Amino acid sequence: MIDELKRIEEQARAELVAAADEASLEAWRVTWLGRKGRLTSVLRGLTDLPIEKRRRMGAAANSLKQALDSALALRQEQVQKERLAIIETGRLDVTLPGRTKRIGRLHPVTQTLRDVLAAFVSMGFSIVEGPEVESDYYNFEALRIGKDHPARDTMDTLYVDITHDGEYDVVMRTHTSPNQVRVMEKTRPPIRVVVPGRCYRNEATDPTHEWMQTQIELLAVDEGISLSDLKGTLYEFAKRIFGQERKVRFRCDYFPFVEPGAEMAIDCMICGGAGCRTCDGEGWIEVLGSGMVHPEILSNMGYDADRYTGFAAGLGIERICMLRYGIEDIRLFYANDLRFLKQF
Amino acid sequence: MRVSLRWLAEYVDIDLPPRELAHRLTMAGLGVDSIERMGGEWEGICVGLVTKVEPHPNADRLKLATVDLGGEQMTVVCGAPNVAEGQKIAFGRVGAHIINPNTREAVELTPARIRGVESAGMVLSERELGMSDEHVGILVLDEDAPVGMPLQEYMGDSIFDISVTPNRGDCLSMVGIAREVAALTGKKVRYPDGTYEEAGGRIAERVSVEIADDDLCSRYVATLIDDVKLGDSPPWMQERLIAAGQRPINNIVDITNYVMLELGQPLHAFDFMLLGGGKIVVRRARPGEKMTTLDGVDHELEPDMLVIANASDAVALAGVMGGANSEVREDTRTILLESANFNSASIRRTSTRLKARSEASSRFEKGLSPELSIVAARRATKLLVELAGGRAATGVVDVYPRKAQPVVVQVPRRRLQTILGLDLPTPKVRSVLEGLEFGCGWHEPDYLVTVPYWRMDVRIADDVAEEVARMVGYDELPVTNLRGEIPSIIPQPLRDLRERARDLLAAAGMQEVINYSLTTLEALEQVVPPELLSEQPPLRVVNSLSSQHEYLRTTLRASVLQSLAANLRYSEGEVALFEAARAYLPRGSDLPLEEEHVTGVISGWHEDRWGHPMEEAVDLYDAKGYLEALFAGMGVEAEFAQADVFGMVPGRSAEVRVEGETVAVIGQAHPRVAAAFDVDGDAYVFEMVLDRLLPFVRGPRRYEPVSRFPPVVQDIALIVDEGVTAGHIKAIIEKAPLVREARLFDCYTGEQVGAGKKSLAFSITYQSSGHSLTDEEVARAQRGIVERLKHEIDATLRS
Ligand SMILES: [Zn+2]
Repeated sequence: MIDELKRIEEQARAELVAAADEASLEAWRVTWLGRKGRLTSVLRGLTDLPIEKRRRMGAAANSLKQALDSALALRQEQVQKERLAIIETGRLDVTLPGRTKRIGRLHPVTQTLRDVLAAFVSMGFSIVEGPEVESDYYNFEALRIGKDHPARDTMDTLYVDITHDGEYDVVMRTHTSPNQVRVMEKTRPPIRVVVPGRCYRNEATDPTHEWMQTQIELLAVDEGISLSDLKGTLYEFAKRIFGQERKVRFRCDYFPFVEPGAEMAIDCMICGGAGCRTCDGEGWIEVLGSGMVHPEILSNMGYDADRYTGFAAGLGIERICMLRYGIEDIRLFYANDLRFLKQF
Repeated sequence: MRVSLRWLAEYVDIDLPPRELAHRLTMAGLGVDSIERMGGEWEGICVGLVTKVEPHPNADRLKLATVDLGGEQMTVVCGAPNVAEGQKIAFGRVGAHIINPNTREAVELTPARIRGVESAGMVLSERELGMSDEHVGILVLDEDAPVGMPLQEYMGDSIFDISVTPNRGDCLSMVGIAREVAALTGKKVRYPDGTYEEAGGRIAERVSVEIADDDLCSRYVATLIDDVKLGDSPPWMQERLIAAGQRPINNIVDITNYVMLELGQPLHAFDFMLLGGGKIVVRRARPGEKMTTLDGVDHELEPDMLVIANASDAVALAGVMGGANSEVREDTRTILLESANFNSASIRRTSTRLKARSEASSRFEKGLSPELSIVAARRATKLLVELAGGRAATGVVDVYPRKAQPVVVQVPRRRLQTILGLDLPTPKVRSVLEGLEFGCGWHEPDYLVTVPYWRMDVRIADDVAEEVARMVGYDELPVTNLRGEIPSIIPQPLRDLRERARDLLAAAGMQEVINYSLTTLEALEQVVPPELLSEQPPLRVVNSLSSQHEYLRTTLRASVLQSLAANLRYSEGEVALFEAARAYLPRGSDLPLEEEHVTGVISGWHEDRWGHPMEEAVDLYDAKGYLEALFAGMGVEAEFAQADVFGMVPGRSAEVRVEGETVAVIGQAHPRVAAAFDVDGDAYVFEMVLDRLLPFVRGPRRYEPVSRFPPVVQDIALIVDEGVTAGHIKAIIEKAPLVREARLFDCYTGEQVGAGKKSLAFSITYQSSGHSLTDEEVARAQRGIVERLKHEIDATLRS
């Protein structure tokens, strides 16, 4: 019996030295010290022995168990140390590429549009949308651009093959401004909306002209809204999109549906106002057209134009996007070349 | 509008540098697009008088010229053959910038010794001044050129190119611009003179004018000038016309153009003899009436077009262009000068329809005051008398059926304050308005503003507010933020869904593209079934500049395939693109239904960990993975059901349904279709209609507590007929009690399961929310599942 314990001890110790990781140590523990392990079965066999012998053998077996337990603990500590030593001294090449999934991106125009919208939403404006295929009435007539208005010259219009009384009177909207009227028809003041969407012009493309464009329309109507509020709101937007240090400039301009009309420019972020290619040597870059909603339009909507005033503004997102990223050819946006799109 | 400052200075004092003046005009609404400068580089060059010319002591062809520069005498060497005593010339001092006549580059003039004689300056040629190529002789100036005056001051000019907005027809004239300059700089306008001697008989005895359609002509003024001599107009007038971008023709035509540029009123000179009697009728064209305009173009007229006629025939297209039959000729002796006011809309319609836009029509269509007619008639008659040797008849014919009354606008002070956000003191408002020649009275609490006749654009208080604002300067107005109540949000669930779709697909690894909304019929034919195309033909743009952009797309599938083709040739691994945009579905003569579509396309090869393409091509299941990511992100459960989809490979396409409603399609683009779009290789496409999906996207789903009891996972391998779909089996398993989820983890066809069969392995998770499951319970549940599968789809367990 003693010999048996000796054999167990020798063999167990030999195997313990060979066990070099956590898994084999655990296997060793199960084999020698586990519930169905070798030592346990020896102890179980003791019940058949006479009491004296049993006590002696029991003590020997228990001291062997303790010895093996502490040998195991020692070995575990040793294995762990060795493992840490390997981890701590080893070197991974951190410049190898990671195992990531491919990432997709949003189109730069979508990204810019979202930033612009967010700027206005934070000032209490609601986003709404309107139709891209629009009636002549909303696109022109309701905005004080009658059939024979010379301002039609400035908006080369694509007409859709829908006629009423023999005349084409449905257009690919030339601007988002029809939504001023559409929104006012449906709601009452106070109004603060921003309307994004595609617009179309019948014109040839070149580095600064594209026949399809993304615009946003801004409209606020309430009691006591002034040109100063228009300036404040747009100034806030300019700082948010082009940087806090941006300066803005307003000049008189004309759109049939506003009075007074204004155009906003920002100081050139490329040259800081000294004059360069981006700003055409002017130091200022025109970014949007705006003005006070014409009182006639408010009256047509059934609003009391003496009580309510409002402002409107429209701007092209592609242009903002070009300024932001230094893009010099607007045609890149809808050519959809991945080598371009993946940069954003 | 091209504006020469040298010419403009005749009407108003200009004491600002051109750049500053351009800036002021631009800020006030007259955008100066460019400044063309003549003589801007003439630093150190001035007018000199040649007092003596002597031969050069050492060279036959050279001379020594002594030049008086106004108190200072210089002697320089000069090689020009035409230099002579008494000439006024352009003299360049040492240091002046001139153009080297040989290299044509700008150089600085340096002192030189020419054949032993010291020469400290130069008498200059046009080429050396950069004015023209002329270099045979020196430039000889007019005799009245003031000696010593900088040449820039004497003959330099700046020409502004000004964008005149459609409301400011009055600014399509030198006087109009001068009024703006005067108002902006505190000056007074000097109006051109229109007085002349009436040396001839009474015009009324020779000319009669009848306005038959006074809705289209509110005033017609005529003067008559006899004994004119046709010839060139004087050089100063020609120079001004050229500066304004017009070609001088003869003194008569030049004078009418000159006065139009000066005052903004289009004029027309008829050869009185060719009018056939003195009767002028302003009437609508007769049905079928024809006329030839003086540019030689024949026009067929329509009854809503206005003509000027003699007793029988049309002699001019009113306000657009004169007729060839009454044009001024070599032998013209008597001129009938027309200065009239025509209806702007009518002129615009006529000139647009006949494609006969002219300087005249573009002024009329912006709206001119009839008050201007008489002013311009007098001014032009004066010039015809003075510059064409004519004799003006006594009096004018002036038919003015609708006399314009002065407009007085009541402008409440409060309104001004509301619009501008600033309460300006009354004297300030008054001085600003009076600077623009408005009358400004005060009747507590309103301003009573009298609008000068030429400002047809100012009619209401807010128009006056703009006048005040632009004169004070928009930048001087305060900057304030919106106050008051923030309106309620207007819900836009479809838009929200579209933006979420964009985020989800980009997060899943697809790149967003944006394509044009217009396409070709050929492209649509590839992806839309012919019966649908003929039943519901896509809308077409009738005046597209390009046949590539003519039809309004009813699906985005063609567009994304085009984007794919454009990128495949540059790409190595997987190309995965999507677009979220509208499709336009025709609805008869109503506006189309604009449906929100999200359309994706993939092609190419899977990539290894180094980003290199592997042997394994992407397939339908990659496309489906993106679509599933979309549904999962929206919290919608979708079923994929095999279906034939036009333009896709049969058997490799499906309809995607939510609660029985088809919301999307997916499949492999038919190789024929792919080839039609130049797509090289297999492409997989999906298209979702968000309008259809929206009703199934519900608010946040209810939270389900995480079970405290452990799940039990059991695998099961089944052999079924090949036609049975995995989705069907999964649905059967998941209906069984205690099953939380069934997940497919293997799919096999081959010898081991026999022909016409396949093996599918599912991992089934059992879990109860109320207790720990016993082995017995799980075994019972799984037996139930196997029986049901056997019963419903004849599935057997694979051993
Ligand atoms: Zn710049």
